[in-house]
Amino acid sequence: MTTATATGPAKHRAQAPARTNPPRRGRRSPLASVGLHVSLVVAAVIAVFPVLWVLLTSLKPAKFATTTDFVKEPTLENYTNLLNDTPFLTWFGNSLLVAALTTLLGVFVSSTTGYAVSRFRFPGKRGLMWTLLITQMFPVAVLIVPIYNIMASMGLLNTSTGLVVTYLTIAVPFCAWMMKGFFDTIPKEIDESGYVDGLTPFGTFWRLILPLAKPGIAVTAFYSFITAWGEVAYASAFMVGDENMTLAGGLQKFVNQYGAQWGPMTAASVLIAIPAALVFLLAQRHLVTGMSAGAVKG
Amino acid sequence: MAVDTSSQSVAKAAGDSARGRSRGTGKRNGGSRGAVRRSLSTHWYAWAMVAPVVLVIGVIIGYPLVRGIWLSLTDANERNVERSIGVNHIPASYEFVGVDNYVDALTGSQFVGTLGWTLVWTVACVSVTFALGLVLANMLNRKMAGRGVYRMLLILPWAVPGFVSVFAWRFLYDERRGILNQLLAGGGIDAVPWLNDPTWAKFSVIAVNVWLGVPFMMVALLGGLQSIPGEMYEAAEMDGANAWQRFRHITLPGLRSVSTTVILLSTIWTFNMFPVIFLLTRGGPGEATQILVTQAYKFSFEISPRDYAQSSTWGVLILVLLMVFAAVYRRVLRKQGEVW
Repeated sequence: MTTATATGPAKHRAQAPARTNPPRRGRRSPLASVGLHVSLVVAAVIAVFPVLWVLLTSLKPAKFATTTDFVKEPTLENYTNLLNDTPFLTWFGNSLLVAALTTLLGVFVSSTTGYAVSRFRFPGKRGLMWTLLITQMFPVAVLIVPIYNIMASMGLLNTSTGLVVTYLTIAVPFCAWMMKGFFDTIPKEIDESGYVDGLTPFGTFWRLILPLAKPGIAVTAFYSFITAWGEVAYASAFMVGDENMTLAGGLQKFVNQYGAQWGPMTAASVLIAIPAALVFLLAQRHLVTGMSAGAVKG
Repeated sequence: MAVDTSSQSVAKAAGDSARGRSRGTGKRNGGSRGAVRRSLSTHWYAWAMVAPVVLVIGVIIGYPLVRGIWLSLTDANERNVERSIGVNHIPASYEFVGVDNYVDALTGSQFVGTLGWTLVWTVACVSVTFALGLVLANMLNRKMAGRGVYRMLLILPWAVPGFVSVFAWRFLYDERRGILNQLLAGGGIDAVPWLNDPTWAKFSVIAVNVWLGVPFMMVALLGGLQSIPGEMYEAAEMDGANAWQRFRHITLPGLRSVSTTVILLSTIWTFNMFPVIFLLTRGGPGEATQILVTQAYKFSFEISPRDYAQSSTWGVLILVLLMVFAAVYRRVLRKQGEVW
């Protein structure tokens, strides 16, 4: 396919000598350059503005929250109010706990599966791959009612345990799928060298492959962390009461149909977004590699 | 107990489908006891490695899924499911009603109407997101000053947790005091009811979802672009291909495998995109922006009495729709000679 596209135009070589003074690749006319930068600046402004606006608003006194000035009497009062007068820290702690446990369990349970699916041919593999793929299309609507009822009958509603178990329905298939993608990028010769040296498949996995896959595991872990961190549907349905809520549910308290407290809302948004965004920007390069590798080679 | 059997059934289903493909060997394996033992001795470590996931999926996905399908065949609601009120334990009293719920959903106007808007929403979001992502990826793929900075800024919407961004947009969209309407007022334009008019609300939710989705598309496609060898462009240029021809005959074919994957993923994600609709409009005004997932959620958690049966029915229908879509998509790709 690729060679075809490369040689295709070559046939017309004879007919195309009329070109005079060809512009060298990578060199643009000044006009094109300006156009390029203008479009990118516009796109960047649209991308950044909502986030930036929330940041700026959080630094204004609450009574000026909806003014159009970029900066107005900058103050940290929204943050101090948020931390002192609202259960924000409790929600933050709940979210942190739930997301961390989900990530830990998800990665722990699914790493060997990712490896087995990447390396071995065994009866049931195709079915398992399909299961992993299909569970990722599960709409929240298909599981939320039965899980809600099961949790209710087991007394796990409104507990972190219940929410972690629920999030594992998302995290486990996802982690297994993504780690398969990362294991696929590690050459098989390494496994073979392990067998030659007398290691069992488990030994090979544990001693040779796992250390090499650390970056991949870190990215998988990170991604399942932010998925749990940002989940809304289950958190809104399962968790009630100020002391049990996670951030996704808690933020809804600031903005509802009766009115909006933009001051604390924007301050909370900033505090939630900054750590996630920082780590994200560090990890994102590997993230896409892993996801597309897993998906394409599946 | 139930837990145990359902995990087995998943494992069995997995085994069945595998056998279905390579029928010949499957029968031979199943036939004699020695072959079973041999297969166990060759594959036991692979099976042991996948066992935790099979178990977990069976218990926490398989079992609820089976129960969800069962609920969709009953008349379960908040008043007749098993529940505890104080110390009294009330057993479930809902009854099997066959496929009545499905008949109701598919013949009534609500499901079909919601499905129509869900399809419009999905197609609009995915196509606009893909187009913008492709344009931006191509721009970023050129050598120029400040490329890293642009890239960083353009990725930002992806880096911020989705629900935070959605609240940020609600803040911008606020009809009386939001910045968008204040800016319009500055230009002498009347306030736009971003979230309170059915048509505008549809536009607004699509805009937010596109804003959220573009960075992923852009980064994925940029990765694809960078894997196309530069020599191919040079060769094409030597042969006199103009910019459009290079784009058409080198860039697009080179991006094929990446784009088919991201379009599939993004379609599924958009179809199921709960937070944007739920946090921005709650499906309103009226039911104008309600997509299938948010409507199913509403049935089970926002109306009274909670209609679990109907919600499960919609959930199962959504799942079936997505699976059919994925299967058709895959088949089409395969016909076109794609390896995936």
